[in-house]
Amino acid sequence: MAPLKPGEANLGTTIMAVQFDGGVVVGADSRTSTGTYVANRVTDKLTKVHERVYCCRSGSAADTQAIADIVSYHLDLYTAQHGEPPTVSVAASLFQEICYQNRDSLSAAIIVAGWDEQNGGSVYEVPIGGSLHKGEFAIGGSGSTYIYGYCDKTFRPGMSKDECVEFVKNAVSLAMTRDGSSGGVIRLAVITREGVERMVVFGDNLPPQYLG
Amino acid sequence: MDPVSLELPHTLRGPQATAGYGPTTRTTQPIVTGTSVVAFKYKDGIMMAADCLASYGSLARFRNENRLMKVNETTVLGVSGDMGDFQHMKHKLEDVMTHEYDMDDGQALGTKSVYKCLSNIMYGRRTNINPLWNSFIVGGVDGGERVLGYVDLYGTTYMADSLATGFGKHLAVPILRRRVEGRADEITEEEAVAIMDDCMRVLLYRDCRAFNKLRRAKVTAQGVEISEPYSLATNWSYAESIVGYGV
Amino acid sequence: MTSIGTGYDLSVSTYSPDGRVFQVEYAQKAVDNSGTAIGLRVKDGVVLAVEKIKHSRLLVPQSNRRIMTAGKHIGVASAGWMSDTRHLVKRARDEAHNYHSVYKADIPAKIIAERMGMYVQAYTLYSSVRPFGVSTILACVDKDGPQLYMVEPSGQFVGYRGCAAGKGKQVAKTEIEKLKLEELTVREAVKEAARIIYAAHDEAKDKLFELELSWVCAESGMLHAHVPQDVLADAIQHAERSLDEDDDDEMEDEDL
Repeated sequence: MAPLKPGEANLGTTIMAVQFDGGVVVGADSRTSTGTYVANRVTDKLTKVHERVYCCRSGSAADTQAIADIVSYHLDLYTAQHGEPPTVSVAASLFQEICYQNRDSLSAAIIVAGWDEQNGGSVYEVPIGGSLHKGEFAIGGSGSTYIYGYCDKTFRPGMSKDECVEFVKNAVSLAMTRDGSSGGVIRLAVITREGVERMVVFGDNLPPQYLG
Repeated sequence: MDPVSLELPHTLRGPQATAGYGPTTRTTQPIVTGTSVVAFKYKDGIMMAADCLASYGSLARFRNENRLMKVNETTVLGVSGDMGDFQHMKHKLEDVMTHEYDMDDGQALGTKSVYKCLSNIMYGRRTNINPLWNSFIVGGVDGGERVLGYVDLYGTTYMADSLATGFGKHLAVPILRRRVEGRADEITEEEAVAIMDDCMRVLLYRDCRAFNKLRRAKVTAQGVEISEPYSLATNWSYAESIVGYGV
Repeated sequence: MTSIGTGYDLSVSTYSPDGRVFQVEYAQKAVDNSGTAIGLRVKDGVVLAVEKIKHSRLLVPQSNRRIMTAGKHIGVASAGWMSDTRHLVKRARDEAHNYHSVYKADIPAKIIAERMGMYVQAYTLYSSVRPFGVSTILACVDKDGPQLYMVEPSGQFVGYRGCAAGKGKQVAKTEIEKLKLEELTVREAVKEAARIIYAAHDEAKDKLFELELSWVCAESGMLHAHVPQDVLADAIQHAERSLDEDDDDEMEDEDL
């Protein structure tokens, strides 16, 4: 694990992914900071690496962009060689390989989620250290620590697509308001066989919560 | 065809190559970690247990991990320490087993050989000052003989009738010394399960990184069996008699 | 071969005036001199069979295997030079290993066939090397079901339902074409494969031979494995009985 360099842009972040029957919902806040200055308040941390595979990036903005670009290249190569799109598991393995082999020089924690013909929706997590963990949902970034309790209490296996979208909106907005390093808008994407549907919830339109 | 390159553009090969850019850095701490593994010999073979938690510092982050790996038909591996390094080792061992299968020579890699292979990798890594941050316990039945061995990030190895890693070294080993050592040949499976559960319960009570969802593995002449996750019954009733903190 | 002896067959890097590379064709000859190897792709798996011609009675049974495994799930049967085969099998294992270490998934049949084809083809380009004197049959069950490919000395690789290489390939191909491969089970295919190898065997030229049989199917856990001894014995019995029946038929023909 490499600490951030002075002045390096940090995705002190809230990111999330939930799987449902037939796809996944991914979500993220939009704040990028250098120290306590908001470098970008409308960042897109949901990054497409293939048609139906997205990653949610947290950690160093530069590192995670570089990794996503390399994985994206390899997945294109894979598609050309195999004549079919990669599974989410293949994408997650590529992320893991890069993050593990370069773990001493990277500061990156990534959620990989998407849909494929073989497995439907699936969610993987590659935290710092380069291990790989499959789960039904995943939360990450500095903001996630504030919502473990909420997520464990709220998540149920077998939620519908709409329930998942609500779950992600609520969880990310709770984290955004308690975590100084997260904020801005909630970006969402729903990935299914049909394609990718992207949504934004503006910062002045978050679900109601106690602000006392 | 060359293996697909997965190097980052700025990454240079090997520690020497980076010498001109400041000191070489290495894994200096484990990140996502598993806690103790406990194992001992009993009448029919060996028994091993580990919980399903991979911690992230003090956060109980991944609660559905399997830290017991079936290496082959006669061997299990229990892991504590960095989960990324473990997954790396797991792939390495799977490669070894694939190679073994491809040889198709009627020979199976025994538990002792797996242990030796693992120990050599661990010692090699620490000698290159780039250790895999793990403690492993290898257990199995090799040619009718029960085998139980320990190896850690320093390449330290030892074998015994009962073994534990991490917190288990402090909390489970004393229990195992009293209840297993010298009696390995007479302990039935039923008693072995009871001893194991007692060890894991103490760890659950006294190790902040332990978790009440665990798996138990046994290796006997019949092969390897790894249980589904289960929980231990715990007792908190004496809490009611405790009021205040002193006189 | 009109250009034989005119110098156009000396190097793999020289075409003949009519556009042929003789060294590659000679490599194919090396394959045609070898014991027969066949592959059958059926509805629930793939079967490989090889007629391993033995030059001595002193050889240990089941030694010098001509069917080998690359990466647990892929079977490799070959006709041609055994030493070249071993080299190619090593290559196949390396490819399977590399693929697995990057994608953490088993290499699909199509990909390993393509990579083996590319490798073999490279040995048809340079004057400093000799093409491989081997046809390699690859068998595997992947997510798209049973797969069968053959890579030839030219580097050509093609997917098949059934294929054959070696000295008995004509007989074998004729027999394979009669089978309803989509309807057979591996259990049935094993017997057919044995029968075909026995039918393709030329008793007059090669007295001693050993049948090698392997499969990839549910019974082998979708891994490539030699068939169990009892299945092999059954198959051999079936093959020998069919041969005897054929002989009887021929005698009847003579009576007429």
